[in-house]
Amino acid sequence: MLDGRSAIKRKLPTRLVLSATWLTLLTLAAVFAPLIAPKDPLAQDLFLGQLPPFWVQGHEPGYLLGTDSLGRDVLSRILYGARLALTVALTAGTITCIIGATMGLLAGFLRGWVDILISRAIDIWMAFPPVLFSILLIAVLGPSLTSIIIAIVVIDWTRFARVIRAEAMTQGAMDYVASAQVAGRTRLSTMITEILPNVLPTIVVLLTLEMGISIIVEAILSFVNLSISTDDPTWGGMIAEGRASIHQAWWVLVFPLITLFLTVLSFSQLGEGLKDRFDPVLR
Amino acid sequence: MQFLQSVLLRLCTTLITLAGVAVIVFFVIRVVPGNPIAMMLPPGATEADVARLTALYGLDKSIPQQFLIWVSGVLQGDFGTSITTKQPVLQLVLSRLPATLELSVMALIIAVILGGFMALTGTRLRGSKTEAAIDVGNGMALSVPDFLWGLILILTFGVLIPIFHISGRVTPSLPLPFTTNFYLTESVLRLRFDLWLDIAAHMFMPALALAIPLAAIIGQLLKQSLKETMHLDYVTLARTKGYSETHVILREALPNAILPTLTLVGVQFTFLIGGTVIIERLFSYEGLGNMAIDAVINRDLPLIQGIVILFAVIFTGVNLLVDLTYAALNPRLRHA
Repeated sequence: MLDGRSAIKRKLPTRLVLSATWLTLLTLAAVFAPLIAPKDPLAQDLFLGQLPPFWVQGHEPGYLLGTDSLGRDVLSRILYGARLALTVALTAGTITCIIGATMGLLAGFLRGWVDILISRAIDIWMAFPPVLFSILLIAVLGPSLTSIIIAIVVIDWTRFARVIRAEAMTQGAMDYVASAQVAGRTRLSTMITEILPNVLPTIVVLLTLEMGISIIVEAILSFVNLSISTDDPTWGGMIAEGRASIHQAWWVLVFPLITLFLTVLSFSQLGEGLKDRFDPVLR
Repeated sequence: MQFLQSVLLRLCTTLITLAGVAVIVFFVIRVVPGNPIAMMLPPGATEADVARLTALYGLDKSIPQQFLIWVSGVLQGDFGTSITTKQPVLQLVLSRLPATLELSVMALIIAVILGGFMALTGTRLRGSKTEAAIDVGNGMALSVPDFLWGLILILTFGVLIPIFHISGRVTPSLPLPFTTNFYLTESVLRLRFDLWLDIAAHMFMPALALAIPLAAIIGQLLKQSLKETMHLDYVTLARTKGYSETHVILREALPNAILPTLTLVGVQFTFLIGGTVIIERLFSYEGLGNMAIDAVINRDLPLIQGIVILFAVIFTGVNLLVDLTYAALNPRLRHA
C-alpha cells in the first residue's frame, strides 16, 4: 500500500515539466503580446527591411530577431502570431474533441445502425487527403479564423471518433456496464455515467495532441496563403515569407519555425506524458 | 468460400466509400465562391461570352444534373476538361501521377530502412545510452509532422550545407530524353546515371521529410514486437546454441516480429501519400499535390474533382491491398 502511494507521488517526468513550461510561457506571451512586443507587428519600414538578428553584423537596436523584407519586426510578429495559434488550438481542438468523441461514443456503445452510419462516414473521410480537403474547405468558406476552425473540425473529428469508438466497444462489453443496465439505467445514461468517465483519459490525451495538430493545420493554411488576411501576423504566413527569402534573410524563416516546432513538440509530449500517467499498468 | 465472401464485401464497402467521396467533393466545390468562367476570360468579355463558356462547361445546369453528367462521363473514363489549361483532366492528372508515386515510394523505402535500422540497433544495444538516444529521437520524429521536417531539411541541407536541391524535380536546363513521366525509374532503365543522380538529389529532401514520421512509427512498433519476441523460448534456445546476438535478432526474432509492422506500414503509407500535397508545395515539386493546390486557387472545378477522386482511389486501393494481403497471410482469418 505504502509502495503504491510513493510510486504515484514519484517525480513528474521531465518532458511533462518542459512542455508545460513552454506552453505556459507561450500563453503568457500571447495574452500580454501588446505589452511585451517591442514594435507594432504591422508597422512596415522599407528602409529597415531584412535587418539581421542582434548578434549579426548590421543589426539595428530594438529589432532583437531582425525584420522581414517589409521591415516588420520578427519578434513582435511571433508574439502576436501566438495569439492566433493558441486561439485555433483551443477552440478548434475543443470543438473537434466534443464532436468526435460524441460520435465515437455513440457508435461504439450503441452499435447497430448508428455504428454502421458513423463508421461508413469515417471510411469516406479517411479516403480524402486531409491537407487538400482543408485547402478546399477554406476556398469554399473564404479565408477567416472561423473557416479555419470549421475546416479543422470537419476534417479531424474522425481522429477522436475512431479511437473512442474502439474504446467504448471494449468498455461496453464489460461486466460493470451490464450491471448498470440490469439496475435499470437507460442506454444513454449508462453511456454518460459509466462509459464516458472510463474513456476520459484517452479523450484528454487526444485533445492535447489535436491542439498541436490544429496549430500545424493553421500554419499550413497560411503557408499556402489561405489562412486569414495576409497582413495579420501568423506563424505559417511568416514561414511562407521566410521560405521565399531564404537565401537573403534566413532569420525570417528560422525564428517562427523554432517557435512552431517547440509548440507542436510540447503539445505532443504533453499528450504522451499524460498517456503514461493515466495508464494504470505503467503507474 | 467465406474468404471469397469477405473479399466481395470488402470490395463493396470500397465502392461505397469512393461514391461517398465523389458526392461530397462534387457538391462541396459547387459552392465555391468566385466564378471560374469569369476568371478565365479577358477583362473586355461580354455577358454573352460568359454565358457561352458557362454552357460549354455545363455549369448552367442544375447541380444534380451536372453530377449525373459528370458520373456518366467518369464511368466512360472521361473526367471532363480542365478550365485553366483546357486539356482533358485525366491526361493532366496521369501526367503528374508518376512524380507523386515515385516520391511516395522513395519516401516509403527511406522510412523502412531508417525505421528498421533504428529498431534493430535499439534492440541490439538494449539498455545502453544509444538505445535511450534512439528512443528520444524516435519520440521527436513522431511528434513533429512532415511539413516541419521539410522546412528544417530546407534550412539545413538547402541553405546551411547546400548539398541537396530544395526546389523542383530536375534541373530545368537538363535535356530529358524520357518518354514516360517516371523520371527516376526511366533514368535507371536508360542507364543515364548522371540524370538519375540529379533527379534523386531533387527528390531526396522531400522524400526524407515524408519519411521521418513514418520511420519513427516503424522503429517504435518493430522494436516493441522485437522486445516481446526476444523473451520467447525459441529465441533463448537459439542463444544457448551459441549464435551471436546479431544473428539471433536478425534470423530468429525478426521474421516473427515483422508481421504487425507490415500491416501498419500499409495503413500509414496512405497517410504518407496524403502528406505529399503540402510537401510538394514546399519543395516546388511538380506532382499531383502541387497541381491540386493550384487547381483550388484557380477554381478549376473539373481538375479538383479529378485529383481528389484519384487520391481517394489510391488510398482505398492501398487499404484494400493491405487487408487482402493480411487476410491471405494470416491463416486464422483465411479460414474464419
